[in-house]
Amino acid sequence: MPVKLFDGNSAAVESIRLARPGVIAAYPITPQSGIAEHLADEVADGRIRAEYVRVESEHTAMSVAVGAQLTGVRVATATASVGLALMHEVCGVAAGCRVPIVMPVVNRSLVAPWSLWCDHSDTMAERDTGWLQFYCATVQEVLDLTLSAYRIAEHEDVLTPAMVCLDGFFLSHSMQRVDTPPDEDAWDFVKPYVRRNMYLDPKDVMFINALCPTFEHTEMKYQQMVGFGNAARVAKDVFAEFEQRFGRKLHTVESYRLEDAEVAVVTIGSMSGAAKYVVNQLRDRGIRAGMLRICMFRPFPADEIREALKNVKVIGVVDRSSGLGAAQGPVCSEVKAACYGGTTKIFSFIGGIAGRDISDISFRRIFGELLEVKDGKRDSCTCWFDTREDAMDIREVEVPC
Amino acid sequence: MLTYKVQPKGAVSPGMNTCQGCMIDVIFRNALDVLGDDTVLVIPPGCAAQFSGCGPEASVTVPGIQGNLENSAALATGIVNGFKHQGNEHTHVVVIAGDGGTVDIGLQSLSGAMERNENILYICYDNEAYMNTGIQGSSSTPLAASTTTTPAGKPVNSKDLIQIVMAHHVPYAATASVANIPDLRRKVEKARDIRGCRVLHIMSPCPTGWGYSPAKTVEVAREAINSGAWVLLEYENGKITLGKRPSDLGNVERYFSLQKRFRNAGEEAVRSAGEHIRERYAWLEKMSRL
Repeated sequence: MPVKLFDGNSAAVESIRLARPGVIAAYPITPQSGIAEHLADEVADGRIRAEYVRVESEHTAMSVAVGAQLTGVRVATATASVGLALMHEVCGVAAGCRVPIVMPVVNRSLVAPWSLWCDHSDTMAERDTGWLQFYCATVQEVLDLTLSAYRIAEHEDVLTPAMVCLDGFFLSHSMQRVDTPPDEDAWDFVKPYVRRNMYLDPKDVMFINALCPTFEHTEMKYQQMVGFGNAARVAKDVFAEFEQRFGRKLHTVESYRLEDAEVAVVTIGSMSGAAKYVVNQLRDRGIRAGMLRICMFRPFPADEIREALKNVKVIGVVDRSSGLGAAQGPVCSEVKAACYGGTTKIFSFIGGIAGRDISDISFRRIFGELLEVKDGKRDSCTCWFDTREDAMDIREVEVPC
Repeated sequence: MLTYKVQPKGAVSPGMNTCQGCMIDVIFRNALDVLGDDTVLVIPPGCAAQFSGCGPEASVTVPGIQGNLENSAALATGIVNGFKHQGNEHTHVVVIAGDGGTVDIGLQSLSGAMERNENILYICYDNEAYMNTGIQGSSSTPLAASTTTTPAGKPVNSKDLIQIVMAHHVPYAATASVANIPDLRRKVEKARDIRGCRVLHIMSPCPTGWGYSPAKTVEVAREAINSGAWVLLEYENGKITLGKRPSDLGNVERYFSLQKRFRNAGEEAVRSAGEHIRERYAWLEKMSRL
């Protein structure tokens, strides 16, 4: 299999090229701009045979994507941060009209204050929009999960759009070695797009998305819910087929040294490498530490998570978004709900906001606190880790009397 | 696949539940009659959404999608490019949207589509306010008109959509009115046969929101033309052609007196409205001579 050197954005473009979209609509936003530019190059150079629509906003990008895919072609778009927030309204249309668009999202903090850097506040805000969500840990996974996402999203039992989330800069601008399938092998896996259920065709007339009365709206949502349920099964099948074809294992959740673990962290996205490194260090010292990485956040694999964590005594769930106003970060809320009724102690850790690195030092501190809980030396943890001690003093404005 | 309960004459089902005296119905019937079956519609929320149907029932015999309020031109862009990629360059992709969805919240996506010269036909029926939500003022609401959000009369003039459209150098744009259906049909026909982004701006008086008897829609629309409050024009290949000169240019008293929305317009407002109409017409005349 050819090996190429890609950053996350280029890996996203490569997987889009391999899926042969017919229409591309993208609007540049840091750190996604490389995708919008690189897709334009691919079209200009004839490597992708598509109509490239130079849209004037992300709202239009998603609208063009919905309109085009409803005519029966695969579309491509990508975004980040406030661009995703601007798309929000139309993301709901894609989901509700069962248009299985696959969209790389380069994770970047939402304003305010302005930040160019990575956290998950953008995609976490979309977690109930009706999209599948996959979070990548490596550039290789950007390629593999995007290719797989087409198969999962477009499956006739799913018909639900998918976000493939890659951490801004940590993945989008990080050059890594990527095994890339030959075009024909990838095409044989992804397969041509087949329109299903709803489409626009003057020879087969239907009017899509008219006002839906109360006596049917609940049922339309129920159908979407069933689609999500099916996606969990289909994802497993697609990942198995992917491994058989390409030799790489993909996960809904990835367990790392959890078999006999007493303490563990639950991670999501690119922070997971640092977590594994620290787990290995702790294991070398005889400490029974482990990690669970959530790769598929929607549908939320609650059963698998509960099963994987059932014997762990103390767990720290690391959220890369603040979950303001909630009792804990959004990932932690879901993990707690999944594990409800068990004896495991679960603590929320929030950090890595707006590009702050979650390093091996961060994970050593987190594990340190979890171990102290296990040994009965403390009963709470420092939820906002790596936060400056002068947090309440910066930008403080003195009000003149 | 549609199954017909009633086989309609033309593309619109009989018995539309638009208000009595509303002529959006007539715009739809005539536009779709001229455009034919090989058409896909994009309709945003608003009065025109009556034509996208409700639940499992459709109201038109052509396919379509009801989009969001602000993305009609963007959805149409996606549809036309999707067809193009599949070798279909014959299907007409047509937006029919109200003034709110066009001059207010939809202006950005329309501007983008016009700049890129997408091969779509954009029809704006203008009833000069958000009528479907209960007569709230839009940027198309004229000076002195009372709406539920401009109860004392709108203090500023309306946005000039057709000049905004012309500033995008589209291949074809025109204004039309429900007072002159043959002219409206001719313009739809002309727009149909031109490629690129085409825009039709059609005045459609609203008996409910403007406050006049449902029997008087054509009379009100005609008086708008006579006073110059609505100017018929065509813009083709950069050239503006004005319709017949308004017979009573700038004298809005009679036009205002037909409608309750201007009931509280004072002398100053009437004078100011008339002056604006005369100035705008003089400017358009000057442009048409270029």
